[in-house]
Amino acid sequence: MALLDIEDLSVEFGTDERPFRAVDNVSLHLERGEVLGVVGESGSGKSVTSLALMGLIDFPGRVRAARLEFAGEDVLALPERARRRLIGKDIAMVFQDPMGSLDPCYTVGYQIMETLAAHQGGSRRERRRRTLELLEQVGIPDPTARFSAYPHQLSGGMSQRVVIAMAIACNPALLIADEPTTALDVTIQAQILDLLAELQARNRMGLILITHDLAVVAETCQRIVVMYAGQIVEEGAVAEVFAAPLHPYTAALLASLPERSQGRELYALPGVVPGQYDRPQGCLLNPRCPHASEHCRQAAPALRTLDQRRVRCHTPLDAAGRPQS
Amino acid sequence: MSAILAADAPAPVLEAIELRRYYSVRRGLWRPAQTVRALDGVSFALPAGRTLAVVGESGCGKSTLARQLTLIETPSAGELRLLGEDCAQASREERRLARRKVQMVFQNPYGSLNPRQTIGRILAEPLVINTRLGAGEREARVRALMERVGLRPEHYGRYPHMFSGGQRQRVAIARALMLRPAVVVADEPVSALDVSIQAQVLNLLRELQDEMGVAYVFISHDLAVVHHIADEVLVMYLGRPVEQGTAAEVFARPLHPYSRALLAAAPRLAAGRQRGEALHGELPSPLDPPAGCAFHTRCPHATGECAQQRPALRPLGERLVACHHVERIG
Repeated sequence: MALLDIEDLSVEFGTDERPFRAVDNVSLHLERGEVLGVVGESGSGKSVTSLALMGLIDFPGRVRAARLEFAGEDVLALPERARRRLIGKDIAMVFQDPMGSLDPCYTVGYQIMETLAAHQGGSRRERRRRTLELLEQVGIPDPTARFSAYPHQLSGGMSQRVVIAMAIACNPALLIADEPTTALDVTIQAQILDLLAELQARNRMGLILITHDLAVVAETCQRIVVMYAGQIVEEGAVAEVFAAPLHPYTAALLASLPERSQGRELYALPGVVPGQYDRPQGCLLNPRCPHASEHCRQAAPALRTLDQRRVRCHTPLDAAGRPQS
Repeated sequence: MSAILAADAPAPVLEAIELRRYYSVRRGLWRPAQTVRALDGVSFALPAGRTLAVVGESGCGKSTLARQLTLIETPSAGELRLLGEDCAQASREERRLARRKVQMVFQNPYGSLNPRQTIGRILAEPLVINTRLGAGEREARVRALMERVGLRPEHYGRYPHMFSGGQRQRVAIARALMLRPAVVVADEPVSALDVSIQAQVLNLLRELQDEMGVAYVFISHDLAVVHHIADEVLVMYLGRPVEQGTAAEVFARPLHPYSRALLAAAPRLAAGRQRGEALHGELPSPLDPPAGCAFHTRCPHATGECAQQRPALRPLGERLVACHHVERIG
C-alpha cells in the first residue's frame, strides 16, 4: 500500500464564473521511505499542492480530488477532528522561513512540548525529556541551554533545526519540506540537507522535498516531479530525468543553470510563467517553447506514461534533445 | 596574471586599499560599547569591464563592503579610489558627485522600486537629480535604455506592481545604468528570481557590461552563478579576505580550507556526486571573533598555531591566501 496516493487533485481560487486553477489534476504517489523532489518556478503550484494535502487551503480556495489517500485512509472524507489528529502527527511539514514558523513569544522548548502535548500527551516531565532528546537528534549543541531560548536568540540554521525537531516529534510517516533551505547559507544548507536525509533514512519516512533548486534535488531525491503552471509536466527517476529530459520545460530549466552553460551566454527560456489571466490555449508552455507547433497551440497534451516516466508533451524530446513526433 | 596583483594591469576604476569599517555596538545601559570589525582590511583593484565577485556566508561583511563601495557609508580607515580619486576621506560634496559613478542594484526588486511612481519616473529620477537635461531629453534617454534592457515602450507609464520579479530587476538595472556609471555594485541581484528568469537577467548583465564597459562588484552566495559571471573572486570570512584570485583558478582549485568547504557545500547537478563533508558549526559572533585565524574553530586542519596567530594574506602563485598551512594541506 502506498503511503500517499493522490489522484486528480485540483485546487481552484477565484469565483465560480472565473475560476483560477492553481493546481490542475495532479496525481502523486509516494511509497514509505521514498524521497520525492517537486520542482517548479514560482506560481507552478508546488506549494499549493502540499497545502491542499495538509488541509491548509482556506475559503475561497476549493480542493477537489478523485482520491486523496494517506496510508490507505481517505483524507478528504475524514471529519475535521480526525484530520487534525493526523496532521502534525503522521504528516508533518517544514516551511521555508524558520523564523516565521516559530512563535517569538515562547521558548523553543515550550513550542516543541506543545506539539507533543497535542498529539501524544504524557506527563510534563516525559515531554521535557523527549524534547531534549529531539533537540539532540537534530544536532543542536547544548540542548538543555537551548531549551529555554527564544527564537530570536537562534540563528537561521538553528531555528530550522528546531522546526525540524518539532516536525519529527511524533515520528511522522510523511514529512513535507517546502523550500527548507532556501533562506540559509550554503554551508548551513548542506548541514540541514544531511540532517533531513539522515532522519529520513533512520525513521524510514516518506519525504517530499519542494524546491526550485535542481541541484538540491539531484543530491537528495530518488524521484522528481516537475511542475509548470499547476500541472505536472514530467516525472521520473532523478538520474534519468537529468540525463535526458523528455519535456522541453525540464530541458530548459536544466540548460539555464550556470553549471550546465556552454560559453558565456546562458540558455534562457523567454517570457514568464503564465498567471491568472494569461493562460494560453493548448499546451501551457507553447508561447515559451522552442519546439511549439500549431498542434501545441490548439490542443492541450495529456500526461502520458513512457517506460517508467510520465511526460505531458505532444512531441517529447529524444536523448539528443530533439522533439520526436 | 591576476589583475589583483599585476602591476601593469589597466588602471582600475575602483580600488580599495586596506578598507575597514568598524561599528560601535551598545549592548546595554551599563555595559561599555563594543566595536564590531565588520570589514577588516579588504584590498582589491577592479579594472573597467571586469567583474569582481564577493562570496561568503551571511555576516561575513559582504553587504558592509557594498555600503562602503557605494559611498553610502564612510569607511573607518583605508583608501577607496574611484577613477583614481580617493573617496574615503573626501568632503560631502565630492562624495555626492562621486556617487554618480558608482550605482547599486539590490536583491529584492519588490522593495527597491517605489510603488507610487511609474517606471518612466523611477528611471528619470537619477537624471532629474544629477543632470540639467530637459524633460524631452530625459524621456528619450529613459526610453532608449528601457529598450536596451528588454522593456517594452508601453511599460513607460506603468507601476512596479504590474511587473514580474524579473522585469522589475530589469528596471532596477536600467536605473543603475541611467547615469552611465563606471561601477555597478550588485548585491544578490538574481537570488530572488526563478531559474529561467535568473538566466535572462545574468545574460542581460553580461551584455550590458560588454557594451558599456561597466565594472561589476557582484555579491552573491550562489557559487554556480559566481563561477559563471565573475573574473575575480574575493572570499570573505568574518570581515576579512581569506582568498583572492581569478574565478577560473579559485573554482578549479580552492586553496583556503574555507573556500574549499564553501565549494564542497554547494549542491551540484553532476550525477552521482557525493557532497563533501559538511562544515561543522556556524559563523562565530562578530562581536567576539575567535583569536588567531578566525576560521580555526571550524577548520579541519587547524593546529595550535592557528588559534594563536592570525595568518596574513600572502601571495601564493597568482593568488592571495590567508592560511598558515596552505602548503601542508596542498
